[in-house]
Amino acid sequence: MPSLPLFLSQVFNGLAYGLLLSLIATGLTIIYGTLGVINFAHGALFVVGAYVGYSVFGVTHSFVLAIVGGALFTMIVGLVIERTVVRRFYARPPEDQILVTFGLSIILAELIRAIYGGVALRVPTPDWGQGIVPMGFLIYPLYRLEILAVSAAMLLALYIVLYRTRIGLIVRSGIEDALMVSLLGINVQRAFLIVFGIGAMAAGFAGVIDGPIVSLVPDMGLRVLVESFVVVVIGGVGSFPGAVLGGIIAGEILSITSMFNPAYSDVMLFAAMALVLILRPQGLMGTEGRE
Amino acid sequence: MGTTKDPRHDANRRSFMRTSAGLAGSLLIPGLYSSHLLAAENVPEKLGNFPDGVAGDSVFVGLTCDLTGPYSAEGTDERRGYELAIEQINNGDPLARKISPLTKKGVLGKTIKYGVADSETKPNTAVQAAKRFIHENKAMMVTGSVSSAVAIALEKACNVERTIFLAAISGSNETTGKDCQRYGFRLCYYAYSAAKAISPVLIKNIGKDKKAAYLVPDYTYGHTTYDSVSEFTGKDGGWKVVSQQVHPLGATDYSSYLINIANSGAEVLVVIDYGLDAVNSIKQASQFGLLKKMTLVVPYMSPFLGEELGPDIMQGVYGATGFWWTLQDKYEIAKDFVAAFEKKYKMKPHDSAYIAWLNLMLWADANERAGTFHPAKVVMAYEKEQKRQGPVGEVWFRGADHQGVVNFPIVRGKKPSDMKSKEDLFDIVAVVNGAEAVAPVGHFGCKLGSYA
Repeated sequence: MPSLPLFLSQVFNGLAYGLLLSLIATGLTIIYGTLGVINFAHGALFVVGAYVGYSVFGVTHSFVLAIVGGALFTMIVGLVIERTVVRRFYARPPEDQILVTFGLSIILAELIRAIYGGVALRVPTPDWGQGIVPMGFLIYPLYRLEILAVSAAMLLALYIVLYRTRIGLIVRSGIEDALMVSLLGINVQRAFLIVFGIGAMAAGFAGVIDGPIVSLVPDMGLRVLVESFVVVVIGGVGSFPGAVLGGIIAGEILSITSMFNPAYSDVMLFAAMALVLILRPQGLMGTEGRE
Repeated sequence: MGTTKDPRHDANRRSFMRTSAGLAGSLLIPGLYSSHLLAAENVPEKLGNFPDGVAGDSVFVGLTCDLTGPYSAEGTDERRGYELAIEQINNGDPLARKISPLTKKGVLGKTIKYGVADSETKPNTAVQAAKRFIHENKAMMVTGSVSSAVAIALEKACNVERTIFLAAISGSNETTGKDCQRYGFRLCYYAYSAAKAISPVLIKNIGKDKKAAYLVPDYTYGHTTYDSVSEFTGKDGGWKVVSQQVHPLGATDYSSYLINIANSGAEVLVVIDYGLDAVNSIKQASQFGLLKKMTLVVPYMSPFLGEELGPDIMQGVYGATGFWWTLQDKYEIAKDFVAAFEKKYKMKPHDSAYIAWLNLMLWADANERAGTFHPAKVVMAYEKEQKRQGPVGEVWFRGADHQGVVNFPIVRGKKPSDMKSKEDLFDIVAVVNGAEAVAPVGHFGCKLGSYA
């Protein structure tokens, strides 16, 4: 049996890793939860953010600027994608939306490969994130602790923008009946555009934040997409608090299983996802019947 | 067309080989030798894509490289090695003729044409690509792998098609062990040879009776490399395994495994991970402060790790690898190879490109020696264990299990202050004699199938 300090360490790690997973899944949740589009380009947008952040860091040596640059650039990419492609697919069936966004993700990943090459790139940990923090029984990288706070703040900010402001209201009513909202003199199209941009920005933001932990490769997006899906399926598709809960549950499953048998941690994660799909298909915090 | 072997044929073939090998060798009539063998094995004259695949003035080769996925850096590098080799063989370059002396231009006078497919580090994708090459392009040979799971799937699929498959990088003992195939070959160093060669170096430099923690990717390469390294360091140095973290291939977050290792009391961290997995796991181990408490060892190492992690982390780290470019200081053919590679690509070759390149050269040589593209006869030409001078000394394939015998270096990461250029990342600690490092024939239960 694992010792108590190890158990507590893994529980803490599960929480920290879980919130990182929530942050990674945010962009997917925003776009699905408001626009109803399952954005398969989510992973690729994450990668765009990560690589642009890498370039900005290379030029400016400022990680804060890298975050800003990566997030803004990804938002612009998101706006362009929405204007040119995704907009035409709001009224089409979900499988069309999945296909077109998946196609976009392939194009984005290959563009990145053409520009940056396939060899893994390294984003150094920012100066303010270097070092390890002794926490009694556990030593933990400072950067991961900071991500805990950053993820929480980011998730809260996005929640407020999308669910507690006028724009959020317009978007959500626009999804229910776009014609009606337009007749009220509101520019629904623009609201959709903004939301897609914010979703893309969240993906790019997470990409830059995740950079110092992993290595950048053009096809890392697929992994991000799968992880995000697990998180939102467990938590409840389209539900913001659900994404946070799903992330934490996923993190805890991975961490705690690894104490007993690391080879089974992924298996347990997908088993949990299957269990949720069987017992509560809308996810732990999702509402039934959401299109 | 089964792959199981009739034991009577086998006995006949072996005794026949024993008596006729000397005879044919002394008479130097390879054609006669193989046609007799063919009769003994009842191998049809029409086999695989022969003779249709070589009816024109070209011969097609299918390259299955892991261009995406956790091993993409190595897969892309293999492609560079193959393309250089094909160009040199087609031109009858003097360097190609050093390794394959019978080569004039092309192979048996035919130009090599090729296609490249991305195996995505996935066995299924790789097999589909290989089948397309074989059925649509009439490929006479398929080559390329980084993952052993891909290599083994490909050698099995190509064996069924009676098409030669040459693994490039593949570290598992099983590739030429229990999964070996009559039409499959593996040139490069692998778990057993790497472990046997590096263990004395580790025990001498790190010490005896150490407690070791392992990060192990969960597939054939990871398990067999773990077995071999823990066996050799345990037997010869009294190293004890205190933690074995088996994780999925392509994992990106290692925090929970690293916390287990931090709590294990280990003094040495042995990373079996390869490619991007090694980059991510070591980077995160450093962030968790483990590398200050433990000595890092990467027994089966891609030299890309040097660039991808940087010398700050890699300094002092020991690893066995297939090739490192500074071998050119000691070996003339290595120097020619590095120069040719640099001329074409403006960069130094890594071991993945080197193994790919050398595989193609030796394939050209085997075809020239066989005097035909007939797959069974080419396999037999390989099995004659003809030694050739490669970039790092003598190189050949063992007839009994198709394992390549090739020398390879043990390297140690340089300190940033000792580096003469940004590519000068490793010192060569030793050049391992491949013949002494490979496992004894039969050690991993290889039974090659029939020719027909």
